[in-house]
Amino acid sequence: MRQIRKDFDLIASFVGEKNRILDVGCDDGALLTYLREKLFVETHGIELSMPGVRKCIEKGHSVIQGDANSDLKFYPDNSFDIVILSKTLQAMQQPDSTLRHIIRIGKKAIVGLSNFGHISVLWNLFAHKRMPVTPALPVSWFETPNIHFCTIRDFVDLCDLLDIEVESHRIITGKGRMLNSQPRSRVAALLGAEAIFLLSNAA
Amino acid sequence: MAKAKERRNCVRFSGADALSLHCGVTLDNYTIAYQTYGTLNADRSNAIMIFHTLTADQYVTGTHPITQKPGWWSRIVGENLSVDTRAYFVICANVLGGCMGSEGPNSIRESTQKIWGLSFPVVTIGDMVRAQVALLDHLGIRVLHTAIGASMGGMQAMYFASKYTDRVHNVIIVATSPCMSPRNIGINEVARQSIMADVNWHMGNYEERHVIPEKGLAIARMAAHISYLSEKSMYQKFGRNLQDKEKLGYSFIESDFQVENYLRYQGKSFVKRFDANAYLYLTKAMDYFDMKATTESGLLTSAFAHCSNDFFIVSISSDWLHPTKDSMELVRALNIVGANVSFIEIQSDAGHDGFLLGDKEFCSVVKGFIERKKI
Repeated sequence: MRQIRKDFDLIASFVGEKNRILDVGCDDGALLTYLREKLFVETHGIELSMPGVRKCIEKGHSVIQGDANSDLKFYPDNSFDIVILSKTLQAMQQPDSTLRHIIRIGKKAIVGLSNFGHISVLWNLFAHKRMPVTPALPVSWFETPNIHFCTIRDFVDLCDLLDIEVESHRIITGKGRMLNSQPRSRVAALLGAEAIFLLSNAA
Repeated sequence: MAKAKERRNCVRFSGADALSLHCGVTLDNYTIAYQTYGTLNADRSNAIMIFHTLTADQYVTGTHPITQKPGWWSRIVGENLSVDTRAYFVICANVLGGCMGSEGPNSIRESTQKIWGLSFPVVTIGDMVRAQVALLDHLGIRVLHTAIGASMGGMQAMYFASKYTDRVHNVIIVATSPCMSPRNIGINEVARQSIMADVNWHMGNYEERHVIPEKGLAIARMAAHISYLSEKSMYQKFGRNLQDKEKLGYSFIESDFQVENYLRYQGKSFVKRFDANAYLYLTKAMDYFDMKATTESGLLTSAFAHCSNDFFIVSISSDWLHPTKDSMELVRALNIVGANVSFIEIQSDAGHDGFLLGDKEFCSVVKGFIERKKI
């Protein structure tokens, strides 16, 4: 739970008051509720699961039941101040296409992801020859919704490739401590369990 | 407003309230029959208007005066239910062109003291809505807490939100389409042709001959009923089971299959409560409905560009009469104009009928939306 709040807190640090935000894969609306209470933002979401959408609606968020893989293309350009993709990118069928869409739909985008280059992940693979189960990646390989695993470096490389500017970043260790290092640094690559990026269109 | 005479659950508009219809005719006098449930609060902020479906009426809940059965949405509307009548003041009016007390083809025309029949002007969904806005004015309700409608009622809710956006906060639109599809117009045309082919129809003047085009109306209802069910629900309900027999009958008068028997029963019971001409008028109103055509640009987005309402769109997965893709068209248009819109697809095998049956998920999301937390 403490980990979740930390995650929300870091996302909130990139969001402005009264922003119009879209949370892609908003689950039960916990993040939306947190941001609304803290920053009075206008909350919208996309969520596939029926229980998730129902809870969001009860909480007063405008949420559309749908699949982000296929539905993002129907959202107009610049229709939100910020589009958030929290721990969802690695579960998308085409992460590159998803990134292009969220940076198109939002004036800015926030992406939060788990780092598959983290030392505990490497250790799992190296010592046990098994896919990792860590606090940041708590689900076994056959159950995880993640289908496109990536490291922090992979992600910033992809942003470069897509002409997406990484305006700012927050990298935290498995214990929730903030790392004061650049995304491409060795420290971030090995000790960063999760990373949150503020993105904008470089073009 | 002062000219409106009120009888019990019935109001007659005239004079300044004359209604200019889309077809060009002006209705100088017209009656709107309605029911209310619950109590209007002191600041008049708890009113919910329900727009009824094609063959439903203002008797949303409680016992229906003609059928003696529970009202058509009694699983949704009532104490402690999704639309909670302890908290909200619920209004439902019989639509213009209907046959449960509002002005329609089987009402007495004031100027001739005869039944309107086919001399009643063709009305549209928009005309129906404007008549109900007149009712809201009459009741002294400026802004609705929520407008809700399914199927033909959903079309009215959509039109109401677009044209009277400042008169409602929340809009719930269930199992409907932003325009009537060609297939649905086709089904309606089969129904109308069936009524008009009945020897007892007499160009709509059957009342004065003391007959009813029962057969035609019953067949119309049978055709419609098929469209309300899904393939799966028909298999589940009837399969290929025979009705009260062990073997095929090799004849035509008696029904063989349970599905035949069911449709015959639905047709027969329908004619006891519904007027054949009203069926012509209301299906025509649905066929004419095209939200895009109500805008200058011809774009669905233009119909809602000015709306600051909170929308909730609901579809049913097995509904092929008003399929999910039609609801999605509306959702996308609302999204494009930056409206506050929520959408859910109810997973149900019940087909279009799914919104009537008290589906747990449906009841829960509707209640959740109406009673949701506001910032």
